[in-house]
Amino acid sequence: MTCPDLSAPNPTSSTPADARDVMSADDIARALRRIGHEILERNKGAEGLVLLGIPSRGVPLARRLAAAISEVEGTQIPVGELDITLHRDDLRRHPVRAAHRSRIPETGIDDRVVVLVDDVLYSGRTIRAALDALSELGRPRAVRLAVLVDRGHRELPIRADHVGKNLPTSRDERIHVRLAELDGLDVVRISGGEAR
Amino acid sequence: MTRHLISSADLSRQDIEDILATAASMHDLQRREVKKVPTLRGRTVINFFFEDSTRTRSSFEIAGKWMSADTINLSAKGSSTSKGESLRDTAMTIDAMAVDALVIRHNASGACHQVAQWVRASVINAGDGTHEHPTQALLDAYTLRTRLDDLEGKHVVIVGDLTHSRVFRSNVITLKKLGARVTVVAPPTLMPSGIGTWSETDGFATSWDLDAVLTADEPVDAIMMLRVQKERMSGGYFPTAREYTVGYGLTRERLEALVRRNPGVLVLHPGPMNRGLEIAADAADAPQSVVLDQVSAGVAVRMAVLYHLLAGDDAASGPLTGSAATGALPASGALASALTTMEGGALR
Repeated sequence: MTCPDLSAPNPTSSTPADARDVMSADDIARALRRIGHEILERNKGAEGLVLLGIPSRGVPLARRLAAAISEVEGTQIPVGELDITLHRDDLRRHPVRAAHRSRIPETGIDDRVVVLVDDVLYSGRTIRAALDALSELGRPRAVRLAVLVDRGHRELPIRADHVGKNLPTSRDERIHVRLAELDGLDVVRISGGEAR
Repeated sequence: MTRHLISSADLSRQDIEDILATAASMHDLQRREVKKVPTLRGRTVINFFFEDSTRTRSSFEIAGKWMSADTINLSAKGSSTSKGESLRDTAMTIDAMAVDALVIRHNASGACHQVAQWVRASVINAGDGTHEHPTQALLDAYTLRTRLDDLEGKHVVIVGDLTHSRVFRSNVITLKKLGARVTVVAPPTLMPSGIGTWSETDGFATSWDLDAVLTADEPVDAIMMLRVQKERMSGGYFPTAREYTVGYGLTRERLEALVRRNPGVLVLHPGPMNRGLEIAADAADAPQSVVLDQVSAGVAVRMAVLYHLLAGDDAASGPLTGSAATGALPASGALASALTTMEGGALR
């Protein structure tokens, strides 16, 4: 989730004119490569790893991470996607949007180390919903969290294990993550707030 | 999306697409160990059935429970209705208990539309008289989509007692919105009068001759057999059951001929089936039959409907669907109201 609102991801949406780039395509690629190494280091290898992307932009990020890890370890890492719509705590605050299917790898998640992957960590509510959704699918040995951007302002006691970039923001600002798979280009931009 | 689901015409193409997408994720739940999500926690759904039902009532109950809503079943027998309470008083009494949704089946066409004017809760039509049964049409569309992928340009044949069929009315509206072509077949006595106004709309045809439709050049992607409703059959619509079967039943011979011409054809039936009358046992149990898929889809689709009507922001829902009950297809308003008020009128 780019931000905690429910606006559907829109590949064609353009960022406002005052947006500044904070991560280039190269920065994103380097961050993902580093996170891949961190995950492997923390897990002492690729054994039992399952990566689950949170739609929409967590999904391509999870695939890229899996590819980066496979490159290092030479084994395929199971990748899936976890739709959290039915577990959100803000359903009553927004118009309904369709739920989508979660795709869990055939290996399942029981006794595996699940790494949740999302683009931006903000309030932490998305991750709370993801943890609830996970508990209905099985009992992982451990759950970890990898995000491309941590922008702060947590509302729940949740932290990321692996962060691409810590980005101190004000609440007025918006983070726009654009990924080639969905948007045609790789970039992270920030807009709104006071000009610096 | 509207606050009530009274008629299939209440749903736009996008609404249908959203419900079917959500239903697919709900369907996955049925294969899980924990078949429950917390989405509708704290919401209350009342199933009020003035007519008998097995699959619709149980699937609405299961759907509500798997969404974590509190689900309560009421039937006319054993409620104050049997003491002579009017529909309005019963509906308002239940509404006063601050329930969130009323799922209603009633033998009078338009009952759900009427109740929707009186209550604050969302009203879901689970079959009203000979008018509509929108969730059945959605689950049929879901079942067809699962097997046929896109319904654009697909040809669906609906056969049977059209005059008394709410399933047929909702299906025609929904299937046409999804781009399918629909041919309906019935004996002249069970063809709704005024259906000619529907025939003029694109992708819709009527026929009295089942064999002619099944052997025509146009391929058949699915055939839906409607139940001969014995409880509404006092009017002598056909001489004998045997004669109905010979003319309009899906016999083994008809199915074999149909499969030879259309190897991928699907056989649907909304249930309950009269085996040997409108559908032969061989056809009901044939590999082409998706009758049990329909039942399984029923729970997923009803979960999706409850989700889309109840999960969101109350203030963000649309206004009351005032003209819903008669606002079906552009030309069908007159048909729906004409049909629903007459029993046996098609004999003329």
